[in-house]
Amino acid sequence: MIIDLKELKEIVNQEVIDPMDHRFLNVEVPPFDRIIPTTENLAIEIWQRLQPRLQFSHGRLHKVRVYETDDLFVDYWGEHETASSNEVLS
Amino acid sequence: MSTRMVGKPSLTLTRRYRFSSSHRLHSPALSLDENQSTYGRCNNPYGHGHNYVLEVSVSGPVDPNTGRVAALEDLDNLVRASVLAVYDGKDMNADIDSFLGGVVPTTENVAQDIRQRLSTHWIADERNWAHTAVPPSLAGVRIYETRKNIFDI
Repeated sequence: MIIDLKELKEIVNQEVIDPMDHRFLNVEVPPFDRIIPTTENLAIEIWQRLQPRLQFSHGRLHKVRVYETDDLFVDYWGEHETASSNEVLS
Repeated sequence: MSTRMVGKPSLTLTRRYRFSSSHRLHSPALSLDENQSTYGRCNNPYGHGHNYVLEVSVSGPVDPNTGRVAALEDLDNLVRASVLAVYDGKDMNADIDSFLGGVVPTTENVAQDIRQRLSTHWIADERNWAHTAVPPSLAGVRIYETRKNIFDI
């Protein structure tokens, strides 16, 4: 397997579900006190929370999809890597 | 050590629409027997219907003022005018000009026709994106003929 699903579930719970579930995003969940909690911004924020926790030698976070309704969703998969702008930080 | 990625954000917004149409799969390039063996039940002379599901994906910058990549009102109006008004409740073989000249309304061809209609309307009138700061790009079209038959273009 790429990741133990139990571990994935724990990471998603810690980074996304616990801080966001049953919360008033605009008031209780930064950065949505200053950024509009559209589904676009929610997808980007969730990616940014999960991405550092989902980097392994053999895999990484590929994409986040957030459904606002059955008929509306946003996919986000980070920023395109470009060879010229890659910087390796230690 | 980590790699910092700098570049263009990859984001799409997808909106789902529904329409119902009928069609008959019958190619003038094939004999009656060949049509029957190629299309089977879909060659029934009286046609048959589907409840199609259409997904339209758009991409572009997220407007910092609205937090949106596109105003849904603009996207809905554009899809309604360019696709749903043409397809919903229609007999494709008889009512849609794209399929009057021998092009068989398979969902492959329907997907191409819908993408073409969307592309044509997308920038046909600047008022199409009146509520959107930067008109988004058409990132993809997916059409479900049934839950089992799905086409991306």
